[in-house]
Formats: sequence, structure tokens, C-alpha cells
Amino acid sequence: MYDFAYEKPTAIAAALATLKSHADSKALAGGQTFIPVLKQRLNKPSVVVDLAKLGLAGINVTPNAVVIGAMTTHGAVGGSAEVNKAIPALAHLASMIGDWQVRHRGTIGGSLANNDPSACYPAAVLALGATITTDRRTILADDYFQGMFTTALEEGELVTSISFPIPERAAYMKFRNPASRYAMVGVFVAKLPAGVRVAITGASQGGVFRHAQMERALSANFAASAIADVTTPADGLNSDIHASAEYRAHLIGVMAKRAVEAA
Amino acid sequence: MTVRLSCRIATDAGDTSVNAVFQGIGASVRRKEDLRFISGRGNYTDDINRPNQSHAIIKRSDRPHARIVSIDTNAAKAAPGVVAIYTHVDLEADALGGVPCGWQIHSKDGSPMAEPMHPILASGKVRHVGDPVAVVIAETKQQAKDAAELVAIEYDDLTGVSSVRDAIAPGASQIHAEAPGNVCFDWHIGDKELVDAAFARAHKVVKLDLLNSRLVPNAMETRAAIGEYDSMSGDYTLYTTSQNPHVIRLLMGAFVLHLPEHRLRVVAPDVGGGFGSKIYHYAEEAIVTWSAGKLKRPVKWTCDRSEAFVSDAHGRDHDSVAEMAIDQKGNFLALKVSTLANMGAYLSTFAPAVPTYLSATLLAGVYKTPAIYAEVKAVFTNTVPVDAYRGAGRPESTFLLERLLDVISQETGIDRVTLRLQNFIPVDAFPYQTPVALQYDSGDYQTTLTSALKAADWEGFEGRLASAKAKGKLRGIGISTYVEACGIAPSKLVGALGARAGLFEVAQIRVHPTGSVTVFTGTHSHGQGHETTFAQLVADQLGIPFNNVDIVHGDTNKIPFGMGTYGSRSLAVGGTAMVKAMDKIIAKGKKIAAHLMEASVEDIEFANGNFTVTGTDKVKTIGEIALTAYVPHNYPIEEIEPGLEETAFYDPANFTFPGGCHICEVEIDADTGVVSVINFTAVDDVGRVINPMIVEGQIQGGVAQGIGQALLEHAVYDDEAQLVSGSFMDYTMPRADDLPNISVGTETTLCTHNALGVKGCGEVGAIGSPPAVINAVVDALRDYGVRHINMPATPLKIWGLINAGKLPMAAE
Repeated sequence: MYDFAYEKPTAIAAALATLKSHADSKALAGGQTFIPVLKQRLNKPSVVVDLAKLGLAGINVTPNAVVIGAMTTHGAVGGSAEVNKAIPALAHLASMIGDWQVRHRGTIGGSLANNDPSACYPAAVLALGATITTDRRTILADDYFQGMFTTALEEGELVTSISFPIPERAAYMKFRNPASRYAMVGVFVAKLPAGVRVAITGASQGGVFRHAQMERALSANFAASAIADVTTPADGLNSDIHASAEYRAHLIGVMAKRAVEAA
Repeated sequence: MTVRLSCRIATDAGDTSVNAVFQGIGASVRRKEDLRFISGRGNYTDDINRPNQSHAIIKRSDRPHARIVSIDTNAAKAAPGVVAIYTHVDLEADALGGVPCGWQIHSKDGSPMAEPMHPILASGKVRHVGDPVAVVIAETKQQAKDAAELVAIEYDDLTGVSSVRDAIAPGASQIHAEAPGNVCFDWHIGDKELVDAAFARAHKVVKLDLLNSRLVPNAMETRAAIGEYDSMSGDYTLYTTSQNPHVIRLLMGAFVLHLPEHRLRVVAPDVGGGFGSKIYHYAEEAIVTWSAGKLKRPVKWTCDRSEAFVSDAHGRDHDSVAEMAIDQKGNFLALKVSTLANMGAYLSTFAPAVPTYLSATLLAGVYKTPAIYAEVKAVFTNTVPVDAYRGAGRPESTFLLERLLDVISQETGIDRVTLRLQNFIPVDAFPYQTPVALQYDSGDYQTTLTSALKAADWEGFEGRLASAKAKGKLRGIGISTYVEACGIAPSKLVGALGARAGLFEVAQIRVHPTGSVTVFTGTHSHGQGHETTFAQLVADQLGIPFNNVDIVHGDTNKIPFGMGTYGSRSLAVGGTAMVKAMDKIIAKGKKIAAHLMEASVEDIEFANGNFTVTGTDKVKTIGEIALTAYVPHNYPIEEIEPGLEETAFYDPANFTFPGGCHICEVEIDADTGVVSVINFTAVDDVGRVINPMIVEGQIQGGVAQGIGQALLEHAVYDDEAQLVSGSFMDYTMPRADDLPNISVGTETTLCTHNALGVKGCGEVGAIGSPPAVINAVVDALRDYGVRHINMPATPLKIWGLINAGKLPMAAE
């Protein structure tokens, strides 16, 4: 990696000030994407602002929502008895991200700020209709994801917490890329009072997206049979050596049915 | 004569409770080297740092094929901490040679292979992504990386070509002026007339086109090298991640740097896996050694993982057509094979031998096919050089044969086990001369097959198939029976076949004054457990405690000579050299014992560490004899010298021929195309077993790599010759959860031409397993009319086959 200055502030205001005052400054959450990027010299920040001491880690479960601090690790979410009880699908998702090392460094806020099109968390956030709280505002999931590696966050805006409504039923099914083990296709299905939401990660060139046709069918009848005939067009889906767009389109159907069965 | 021993390796072979009693040949002694490896106290090349060391970064081509218009190093030279930057111009000024090739093949017409210059740093052209162009040396690695980014190379791009078929097509981009049509050689073996005649009268000919997929070796430890120069003595030292330090000393010293052996020391300390990729002499070794001399200070280079993908020799990459002529009963009449072998951009050290004498000579397999003809065209492409990788040629021929066998079974209706049994070389036919040069000394393919069928409960498969169907899964079982040639190799024979080196091995055994022993071996352990196996062998033969034997390897200043470790040769060749050295120790010990006990030498017997006089109770231990040899007060000094140390060079009389049977059982999720390996059973004949636990580990490791090739791993180049699977994000290394429990057993026939009867076990796992897996996958897809699947059998590919015809996509 290239040389950079490193700061570890203890207050959000200080972190924001540092990020604002330096061109090419970068915030460091768990670093599970950012550190490899630095090591490959694909990014040359002036200052790296470590968010670890901002007090943003923690889980708070209320009767209606699970609120997770941005710096909470995947391991903490996956291992939380409260999350496992309130939204088992969310805990399960977190417990299946990467490997032990990744889960004990990687954070939910870092994942959402990065919005990797193959990341797992965006599927949960979008399907559960979560609300993202930042240092300055709240953003609805439907407004937050704006294409791969692109979000509604402004320059220097930090995610502080994510609030997940507790669904009636939910499940996440992931088909891993055989090599990277990222989601090649991940489907999060959630049955909420207002209806069913289905979010797909890993498959689309545009990043995480909702599957309207499946949502309609499942809102009418929450059963795998209800989406047996729903097909997903291959247009706009990723194609690589591991999966063609057609194969991904097919896997969306298979994973969605399995998610409904598991929910 | 075939001697048969049988052994089921218990799963608790690591239990050392009995080892306190017995640690000799046949005991599963725990590996003594593992304590330092698993506690982080190994001493790998990158752990070594020399005083005043500088750091090298190699500036590599990011182009598959291009003319170098200019290289501007001015800005880089001015960067902080830069010590030196060298390009081909500097090497040429010192008249350095290119990377040599250690094997010469002659084409059908008698002409020698095209052997273009393989420059240390690219000169004029770059020929693959990763081709080294310049070396940047700085005070720190970071500074060298910074400066390397400032080296400006202007390229004039040429068309790149990655596949052998594209490379030999008319009008293809020409990679070397010395190799018209990109052909390195066009070689053949066997009797074409005999084969053609058999085909003419055959009942049926079964033909199969198949690819053996390209692999990236990916040893856990990436390569590294440190060059050092002593300006007082003029001596050079190279620390390197090598499987064969003496071979590197010879190749680099004699052909590249023009240094005599006594001025060059090569040390290969702990090495974290090789699988063949660390046999070869690489440009970086020469670069750091030469630069250390120029700069009068040590130069260190450690390969990054991404860099390893484009600079370590790759494996396999054969494109073959196989045809078997059979009679009405399914007896094999003749085999015809035509292979295009990808050499990559340059010839790596042993590359030409792999598709020819290490592969085509194994096309008889375990079968008595009376006539065989094979032709191999070796082709240059704009890809990383390809060379031997665990199994080296034998996995390719085994995959070809064992896939072809199953297709014959499919197309004739003859049961695949019956087809194998009826064509096996019978147990009373050994020594068996194949139609393709090799003479197998021993084997019993019926027994390994029978034992494997039983261990895998082949008969019970129908029941398991029904259970799988009940839960909606496809299930298949596959079998592979194989033989391989290893323990390489008789020098005279390989010399006649084109090897530019002898393939003997060396052992020096030093019995110290109080009876402990240091063994110096020319083989090299990079994960195989030699420090344990060889200590067991020597302790057993000399009748001394296991802990009194130390094994030293990997340093040309300590070891007399050696050809290193590859081709499953360490025990068969290196271990036999130890036996020969021990024979000399015992012979000398008998003379000393005869003197001490006032008996005739003919009356001295040696067993269990004791020299005794026949028919008496007189005894001298080997410790007493050693002490006498070093304190020769009462000693036959006029007859023999003091000391107890002997060296033996051993050149084998033949290859060794391990063989066996692998059975794989898979389930397929038809909805996704995902294959799960449920069971894997290997029953191998590796000759006498010294340490069953280590043998089990070697076979399991080989099988893991075989399953990796069959289902997961694939080095994919695009049509422009860019490596698409250039990192672990896209190159699927097998992980623990991809693998089943691998059940290993042995059925032993002894090698007839070495003292221990050993054959070798390092490669059998990777040789026998890939076709067993693919045969199981094809079997599971029996309802879909699948005839063949090229490796790796990925979910994408299988889903395509299941849905062929239903969907507008082509299945490979």
C-alpha cells in the first residue's frame, strides 16, 4: 500500500472534520474490502480515519425493530442471541459472510457504505425495508442503494446505525461464488405487515434490487409454489466464468423458493 | 514374483500410544517437523533477512504479446531509496544466458525441438502477462514498489493467443521466430502401422475428445529468493524456495551466471509446498544472485500471491483426441492418441518431458492393449510456461484412459468394472513390457480393484441411489484404475530420451562417536515429512532410537549432491541411497567388530543395532563400534580408516510403478448443478510403507488436488491471452468443506528392483482421482445423455448439461 496518515478519533464530529478537511481522505470501518484494496495499491488516500473508537458498535432490540450500530461486526450480529430471536434470518446472513476472520473484522456499516454488488447485507436491508441512520439524517433502504458501489451517502457522510423492522417471517438463501464465496446469487425474502419484499444481491450489474413480480405473487400467497412460474429475465444480470446471466436468472428462482420454504 | 501385503490404514493412525515401543518401518510415527511448522517457527526463505539487504520488485508485462518499443527508467532511478534498476541491456552486457531447458525432445522427422531463448528479463518482446521486464532494487520493498510504478515501458501490442488450437491455426500470431507455426516439436511414440491395422479390423472404434484443464499450483508459500555475495571470497549464496537446490546450482551456475559450483551455494530451507512448481529454475533466482554480485549487498525478492499466478509454472493444459479399437467382446485391440500440449510462452525446465515421456508412455495404463500409437504436438502460446505439476503427465494419460473406458462401457453396454477386469494386465504377466517403452516390474490391479470395491461398498450403490432419488438428488459412482511411473529415474534411460541430467540420488550417513546419526540427503522435503520417514528408515535399519537420527537437506554446502524431490522419487531413489550407505556402514562396522571380538568378519552378524559373533554370546552395539571408530586405540588401522561415515550414490534400475483404484461417489443438486462429493475411497499400491500415517496424508492431499481439478480449479485465459482467473477471487482452490472424508487403504506388491521394495506415494492421489470424480458425475447424469464433461465440472456446466435443449445456451 501507499503511505497515508492514520487517525483514530473518539468523536463523530472529529471524524467528520478530518474527513472534510483532507482531500482523498477515507473512512476505515472493518477494512475487509478497503485494506485489500490498499494492499493492491488501487487507492491512494491522504488520511485514513479509523471509526473504531466512535462508539458505533452495539445491538439494541426493541419490540418492533433491531437496531445495529454501524461498527458492529458480522460475528457480533451472527452470534447475538437477541438478533437470532428477533430476526433469525438476519443473524444467519451475518454468520455466513466470508470466513471467521472476515466476520470478526467486517462491519455492517462498512458493508453498506461500500455496497458491493455481491455483498449479503444489502439484501437484508432492502428486503426488510430497513432505515439507515447517518451522522446527519435517516435514509430509507429503497432510497439508499443506487447501483453497484453507489449509495445515497454524501461525500464524508457516515452511517451510524441501521434499524431493521422485525418481520413476520424471513429467510436468506445464498448461492456462493465457488471461488470467492461472495453471493453469486443471494435472495432475502421478508414477510412484513405491509406485504412481502424480495431483494436479490450478487446477480445484477446494478447491485441489489427488488423482485416486484415475486413480491406480488408472495404477498398474495406466501408459498414456494406461488413463484414456481415466475421467471427472471437474464437482461442486466452479471455474466462471468462462474455463471452466465441465464444461470444467475435461474438461480434467483431456485434460491427464492428455498428462502420462502425456509422462512 | 509378486509379494503381497495388505493394509487398511486406520483413521486413528495419528495415535502415538504404541510409538513409544516401535518407531521403525511401518509405524505411524508423528511427524517430528510439524511442531515447528504449526507453531510458526519454521524457517522459510522469507523469514531469512541478511545484513544490509536490499529489496527487489520485478516489473512485469501486463500485455500478453507485445514488442517493447522503449523502457524508460530515469524517473524510477530518481525515486527515494532506489539502489539499482536493471533491464535486459544490463544482463546482456554481462553475457548472461537464458533460463535453460533440461529436456530435449526430437520431432518425428528427427529434428530437435524449437528451443527459443528464454530471457531472464524480456528482450525485444514480451510473450505473456507476467513476463519479467525490469528489476527495481531499493532499500525497502515499499520503495521498490513505488519506483517500479515509475518504470515507463512503451509497448507495441501484438495479437495474443492462449489456446493451442488457435496457436497452430494458419495465420496465428507468431510468438518465436525459431518456432514456425508456434510448434515446439511434433513427436510420436509407438507402432502406427500396427495400430492402423488393428483399427482396420476392429469391431468398433470409440473416440473421445477431451481437455485436461490448466491449473495454477498455488503452494501455500509463494516463491522467494535472496542473493548474497561475499566480496572477500567471491562466493555467492542463493536462498530459494526450491525442491532441488543442487539442480538450481547446476542450471543457474552453468547456464545463466557462468559460476563454478564451488563459488555458488544454494540453500532451500523450509519450503511450504511445491507440487512441482518449485522444481524449475526461475528468472528471479538468477536476478537476485547476479544483482547481489553487482551491488555487493544481499538482494531479496518475495513473490506476491497475485504475482505467483502469472509467474509460477502452470500445470496440465492438454487437448487430446483418443480412439480405442475394440473387438466384439470389448477387448482392447489398439489405442490411438493425438495431443496438443500447451508449453506456454517459453520452455520451462522439464516442460517437454511432461506430455511425452511422462504421459504418452503411460497410455497402456493397467491394460494389456497390444498396440498403441501416440503423437504429441507441443505448442507455444502467450501464457505462463507450463511444466510438471503433481503427477506430471500421468494424470493426463490416466484421465484420458479412464474417461475413454467409461465411454466404451456406455457405448457397448459392457459393465465398467467387467471391462476393466477383462483388459487388466494379469498378475502373472509381470514384468510386463508395454507397447510404449515402459516395463512394469510388479503390480496387482485385480486386488486393488477388489479391495476398493469392497471398501466403497460398490454393491450397495443401488440402495444409496434410491435414497438419493427419494430426497430429490441425483447420485453417481465412478471408478478409476491406474498405474503410474515414478521413482524417477534410470539416468541412462532418461538420457536416451532427452534428459540433460542424471536422475540418481545421494545419501551421506554420519554415525557420530556416541552412536547418534546425521543423514544428509539430496532429496528435499517441502511438506512430505522426510525428517520423520527417513529417520524411521535409518533408525530401523541401524537398530538405533528414532530420536537419535536427524535428517539434513536443502543446502548444497552440506549435502554432497542430489537431484531433489519430485516424481515421487525421494524414498524410492533417495531412501535406497540411504540403504546403500548404511550397507557400507554395516560392512565397515563388521570389520571393526571382528577386530574387537577377535573373530573373522564372515562370522559377524548385524541385527537390531548389535554386531554379534555367530554361535557365541559376544556382542558389540553400533554405539560401541562408532566410539571405537573415532577413538581408534584398539583398531585395525592398517586395514581400515578411522571414522564411521559413508556416502552412496544410487541410480535406479527402472521407474517404480504404483497403481490402484479410486472410487468416488457424488450427489448432484439438479436445481443448481452443484456436485457434492459424498465418499472417496482410494486403495493404492505404493510398495512397502514406512509410515502409514504419512502415506495416508500424502494420498489424501493428492486426492484433494484431484478433486480440486475435477470440480473446482481452472486457470482461464481469454482469447486475448489475459488470465481471467488471476486470483483466489476467481480461481477456486479446494477448501476443507469442498472435500469428503477420504478413505485410504493400501494393497502392496513390492518393487522388485530397489532394496526396500518401495514405489512412492506423493502423486498417486492426484493421478487416480480426477477421472473417478468425473466418471461419478457422468454416472449421476445418466438420465441426461451425458457422454463426457471436461474439467472442472462446475455448477454452471452441469446445469447447462441438465438443461441442454431446454435453454438457448451451449453446454461445454
